[in-house]
Amino acid sequence: MSQATLSSSRVRHGLAPWARIAGLTMCALLTLGPVVWTVSTSLRTPAEAFDLPPQLIPSNPSTEAYRGVFDQIDVWLLALNSTLVTALIAVGQMITAGLAGYAFARLEFRFKKPLFGLVLATMMVPLQVTIVPVFLVLKSMSLTDTLLGLIIPAFPTAFGTFLMRQYFLGMPKDLGEAAMLDGAGPWRTFRSVYAPLAAPGLAIVGVLAFNYHWNEFFRPLILETSGQNYTLPLGLVSLQGNLGTGSVSVVLAGVVLSMIPAVAVFVVGQRPLREGITSAGVNR
Amino acid sequence: MTNTQIPLARAERPAVPPAPAPKGPSARDRGTRLLATMFLTPTIVGIVVFTVVPILGSVVLSLFHWNVIDSPSYAGLSNYGEVFGDETVLVSFRNTLVFMVFAVALQLFVALALALTLNGRMPVWLRSVFRSAFFFPLVLSAASISVVMKYLFNQDFGVINWALGFVGIAPVPWLTSENAAMATVVLVYVWQQFGFSFLLFVGGLNNIPKEIHEAAALDGATGLRKHLTVTLPLLSPTLLVASVVGIINALQVFEQPYVLTNGGPGDSTRTVVMVIYETAFEQLRFGEASAVGVLLFVLIMAVTALQFRLSRRFVHYQ
Repeated sequence: MSQATLSSSRVRHGLAPWARIAGLTMCALLTLGPVVWTVSTSLRTPAEAFDLPPQLIPSNPSTEAYRGVFDQIDVWLLALNSTLVTALIAVGQMITAGLAGYAFARLEFRFKKPLFGLVLATMMVPLQVTIVPVFLVLKSMSLTDTLLGLIIPAFPTAFGTFLMRQYFLGMPKDLGEAAMLDGAGPWRTFRSVYAPLAAPGLAIVGVLAFNYHWNEFFRPLILETSGQNYTLPLGLVSLQGNLGTGSVSVVLAGVVLSMIPAVAVFVVGQRPLREGITSAGVNR
Repeated sequence: MTNTQIPLARAERPAVPPAPAPKGPSARDRGTRLLATMFLTPTIVGIVVFTVVPILGSVVLSLFHWNVIDSPSYAGLSNYGEVFGDETVLVSFRNTLVFMVFAVALQLFVALALALTLNGRMPVWLRSVFRSAFFFPLVLSAASISVVMKYLFNQDFGVINWALGFVGIAPVPWLTSENAAMATVVLVYVWQQFGFSFLLFVGGLNNIPKEIHEAAALDGATGLRKHLTVTLPLLSPTLLVASVVGIINALQVFEQPYVLTNGGPGDSTRTVVMVIYETAFEQLRFGEASAVGVLLFVLIMAVTALQFRLSRRFVHYQ
């Protein structure tokens, strides 16, 4: 193997390289195995779903299970609900976190420190502790069992605000000062100088929000009581519940359908996602 | 200091008319404040309405008996008394703590071992393939993953018992025996979650200057010893964050036990959040549910505070 394919600066280990790579490959197979099994089983006929040994490639692949999903739950409606909720929350969080992050990073005002402390402190408050009163607040606004009731409380994001603040703090101050000297007011400075530079940071906030809320289960479970307001994760679990006699392949076909956007975000948004998660550990 | 130059410079000052002392904020300052108010309003109002008020609301509500239908009646601390006397609630706290200890320990161990192994020599493309593989489960929904795992861990027709059969291991009642169920919930949770700590560690390892490792190697440190004496102390701030986040998340576990076992068999996998959910939204006992919520909050704060306190001894900042 040529040196060019190796990163020569890495640390030398006690373990032989082949042993490390073999170990990592084993772990990667264990990690991806259940997903591969899910996809493969969803492509079997419901009758063959239980067959052991599980064939990695189904002997007679069939989309029967997928048709089964569409027969039993209104996939289009659930997907539309999930998309609406997730997209609006992602856009909303990008706006609120972008604005608040900028204010905390670059604007001077009274009570800045305590307000920022408040934002940071809410990162520590588990959702489940506040869910009963949140439910009651939403009920008083007649927002329970509506999609808006899922969307509005998710707009403010403590972590996103924190992330965007770090992001704006990382930008050179001279840019804004130059704009001020040229006569730009605070709004102009934000709008024409800093906001355009914030796009990659906002992408991180958006991708994190999309990933979290597409998969969200607890809040929809509590807030959405009628089937027409279900999101995909709720639909799936109810799909599983419907099937006492149970065709595994139908349930798994539903799982695969609900995974598709998450996987798409993983492929497209892998870098922003990773940066968002890593920065949680490095920036503090 | 001699006074030769400074008085001269001072003497010249009066030639320039002094700028009028600012009276109150300038137009620009007022503009800034207005902008700050506008920018912060959505976030602060949202946080106050949907987090601060609800926390206070939980505390107040925990002092009342309320089932939504009848009007609330003041109950003092009796909800707490009831909660402490309730076997299921106590068991759920014990389950959650047991879950937390095993899930966090396993998750940190797996993530750290993989991050360290990945940090060795290998082709760059292979490294990124492994990194993506380990991080992939994190993008999937815990609810749907648990649905999948329920089949894989099935005692009679699950793939896992079938595979174990090859090694001559009798079918394990993964989800149906009180002893195994919690272990299974831990495994499923860690399978999905370890990628989070893994990414933190990969980032932390990248932040360690390679000169330090080279110096250690020159001093004759190798393999495990080097990790213990050099890498781990340098990684300790990342380790702290990973364990704090890991613990806070683990204390809130819900989807996995809800879907995999629905708390059973018996109450063996019933967690605190499941109890909050059931008490409030199935039994409509909002006061008791709030009391459990407040206790969970106190527990999370206490564990986190304890952790920061302990960590002062062994976290090293560069």
